[in-house]
Amino acid sequence: MRENPVLREVTLTLPMAPDMEVAASKTATALAEFMRMSPEKVDEVRLAVVEACINAFEHSHSRDRRVRITFAVIGAPEPEKLEITVQDAGVGFNRRHVEEPNIVEKIRSTNKRGWGLKIIEGLMDEVEIDSGRNGTTVVMRKRR
Amino acid sequence: MTETLKLNVDRRDGLAVIYTEGYINNQGGEEIARAAYDLIGSGYRSLLLNLSGTKIVNSIGISILIEIIEKMLELEGRLAFCNLTPTIEKTFHIMGLAQYAGIYPDESAAVQAFN
Repeated sequence: MRENPVLREVTLTLPMAPDMEVAASKTATALAEFMRMSPEKVDEVRLAVVEACINAFEHSHSRDRRVRITFAVIGAPEPEKLEITVQDAGVGFNRRHVEEPNIVEKIRSTNKRGWGLKIIEGLMDEVEIDSGRNGTTVVMRKRR
Repeated sequence: MTETLKLNVDRRDGLAVIYTEGYINNQGGEEIARAAYDLIGSGYRSLLLNLSGTKIVNSIGISILIEIIEKMLELEGRLAFCNLTPTIEKTFHIMGLAQYAGIYPDESAAVQAFN
């Protein structure tokens, strides 16, 4: 639930193709800089967006092979936080079935992947995930 | 859209330094792995990755770096990183990479640690 007005909103629809996450990260960077976030926070937002896009590209199995991303600068009168919503129309997943990655296990495992959500949650202030048969929506927020 | 990673390798006495410039994604990670395995094949057991020219590393790229760390552990070698952006360093700590690879603020600190 948004408590404050949206000062600026940008929506992208990207094909699930190699390096398309870079396009999303550029928009995230532009808006975070517009909000005058610190360079460190800008980088954190950028990487979180990259990871959310990669998760959608690799795991959603969506038929339309597209991901929709909405960037909303929220606050009044000044920007207070950046809310980024990454949506796919894929098969969804059950969070309880996703094992939390552990470096001690990963270092000896043949599967060294599966870090995306952990990285997103470590870099953003708030993360909400809604996933079901009609797809997955990840909402991430970063305060200025 | 692809941002190709550029690599430079400096082979020194007992230590090789890999310099990266650009986005470390799956292709970038594979490039680094090729360079690292080539150095390992030449006998190097101390590798330093200087990421001063890299502003972003995604989780696929990092998973390939973990493969290199695993290889170095098998060989009782050492892999270290230096000149990381604050976000890359934070990400490495979120993942726990610092347990297995040294992280240093700059190249001179890293080289001193290898010695």
